Amino acid sequence: MTAPDPTEPDPRPDGPGRDPVLTVTGLSVGTDRLNLVSDVSFTLAPGERVGLIGESGSGKSLTALALMGLLPEGVHAGGTVRLAGVDGNLVTSSERALSTVRGEAMAMVFQEPMTALNPVKRVGDQVAEAMTVHGRVRDRSAARRAAVGLLDRVRLPDPAGTARAYPHQLSGGQRQRVMLAMALANEPAVLLCDEPTTALDVTVQARMLELVTSTVAESGTALVFITHDLAVVATVCERALVMYGGRIVEAGPVGEVLSRPRHPYTRGLLDASDLTATDERGRLRTIAGSVPAAGGFPEGCVFRNRCPRADITCAAVPPWAGADSGYACWHPVERDE
Amino acid sequence: MSGVADHGGGWNGDRAATEARGAARTVNASLVTGGVLVATVILTALLSFLWTPHDPVHNDSGARLLDAGSPGHWLGTDKFGRDVASQLMAGARITLLVGVVAVGIAAVVGTPLGILAGMARRGVGEFLMRVNDLVLAFPALLLAIMFGAVFGAGTLTAMVAIGIATIPNFARIARGGTLQVLSHDYVQAARAAGRRPVGIALRHVLPNISGLVTVQCSVSFAIAILAEAALSFLGFGTRPPTPSWGRMLQESQELLFSAPALALWPGLAIALAVLGFNLLGDGLRDRLDPRLAERRT
Repeated sequence: MTAPDPTEPDPRPDGPGRDPVLTVTGLSVGTDRLNLVSDVSFTLAPGERVGLIGESGSGKSLTALALMGLLPEGVHAGGTVRLAGVDGNLVTSSERALSTVRGEAMAMVFQEPMTALNPVKRVGDQVAEAMTVHGRVRDRSAARRAAVGLLDRVRLPDPAGTARAYPHQLSGGQRQRVMLAMALANEPAVLLCDEPTTALDVTVQARMLELVTSTVAESGTALVFITHDLAVVATVCERALVMYGGRIVEAGPVGEVLSRPRHPYTRGLLDASDLTATDERGRLRTIAGSVPAAGGFPEGCVFRNRCPRADITCAAVPPWAGADSGYACWHPVERDE
Repeated sequence: MSGVADHGGGWNGDRAATEARGAARTVNASLVTGGVLVATVILTALLSFLWTPHDPVHNDSGARLLDAGSPGHWLGTDKFGRDVASQLMAGARITLLVGVVAVGIAAVVGTPLGILAGMARRGVGEFLMRVNDLVLAFPALLLAIMFGAVFGAGTLTAMVAIGIATIPNFARIARGGTLQVLSHDYVQAARAAGRRPVGIALRHVLPNISGLVTVQCSVSFAIAILAEAALSFLGFGTRPPTPSWGRMLQESQELLFSAPALALWPGLAIALAVLGFNLLGDGLRDRLDPRLAERRT
């Protein structure tokens, strides 16, 4: 592991004694005209499970793609992303350097299992490829055997038979397991999961979450779990980062953030997901308005056009209050509210 | 995890069922008709190496312009006394040779070009495709005639010229398919797994567009056959004495009113071969079209 750069003090240090495996500082993503993600900073300790929460359009997936260096053409990233054991800033690394990191030190599971596998290749070959591409396993038949082992590890029934199957012969939950097997093939230090269970039905989802949690625990892989489902975050993660309008608005231990939110947006999310609470007209609670289109967020605090507490101070960007845990709000929800 | 077995336990049986359904779909009229016609042309060409009723290039001055059905000459003889049936059989060789070489050149050059144009930066891809349009706009026959004038008319020149003129068709098809494949998550997933662009092109794009390219091969084969016949008819293709369907047509032209059957046989052969490859292409399209394939599963 490389020592943290002394000239760049980490603004939100992690707990003592654990060198972070991933350090993100001031990450921004944007096109030539629009800022899509601004000033995202966080660290990830080895084996830590962090949830990235937010509505659609809040910049969660773009943040993950920026970490992998997989942003679409015309979208650029700024800031620094450092991965333990990898030299340099991943944001400015060449495509060639990134391709040695991807799948090896940092892997990703995508949202849609139905399209994330190549339809014309056998599942086992695709898993084996995940290993041979980084030269971990040179021998083809050894890679195939290892692939069957991996499919067994993600608890697919009949792993040898599944390895021979084509993707269309598997269910959504099975394919997502295959994706997880591929992502874990090289025992990456960091695993990014972009809403891996959103496309699955509820019972399959629960088993998948349990599988993700236990497999990353076995291999000591740190997890960034992107979701809009607060219940999922509570199940899987130790720490939560709440994103809105391309910024992290609140961070902290999951229990803390979900039980005593400080940011009005987090509070709104929690109220909206409480299906027993209703407003004075007997309707379920919602957050007023909707997420603006990219570039349509207000200056200053990004949430102020939907926030019940907003006033004139909110025209300025609120500073980050706290360290590793904290929030960015001028008028935080008080602990006893 | 017995619950998962509920999901997956039956997949071996499912697979058998899927394959049975797929087999039922293979009974496809255009595929079968096209396949039979193409097979006939290929078998005839192969047979002509071993056996023809007569030497196709032997001039028999005693047996000129015999009618079809004459003893020993089922389809009659031409003005030089050459056996028409034997010439047709030997002409199938040239037809296939031209098709294979021309389509080979076009597919081998055009497909990678199209994949490159699809995977390169947008500006580079657009530039390649505009150059492609320029070549596409140039008439194939004119290009072949120019080649003939510069390098000398002959089968080789014709094949190369037809091949070059067909490259843009493959490039365009391959680029379209590539863009479609690139929009799928598994390409993103492959990049996330550390695959480099060349690896993605070979392992993900090419296998997924191979159906499109195969169909284009069959259709282009038909066009190449027609082009070779046209060039030979104009005197820019296969040179005498090598038998060629196009030249047989040309030689029969002056006798069109006295011996119309001489034009009928090679014309029929060309029409059936072209029809065969076109039907085969259509049938393959039905079988290999990714959208239809998805509906099938």
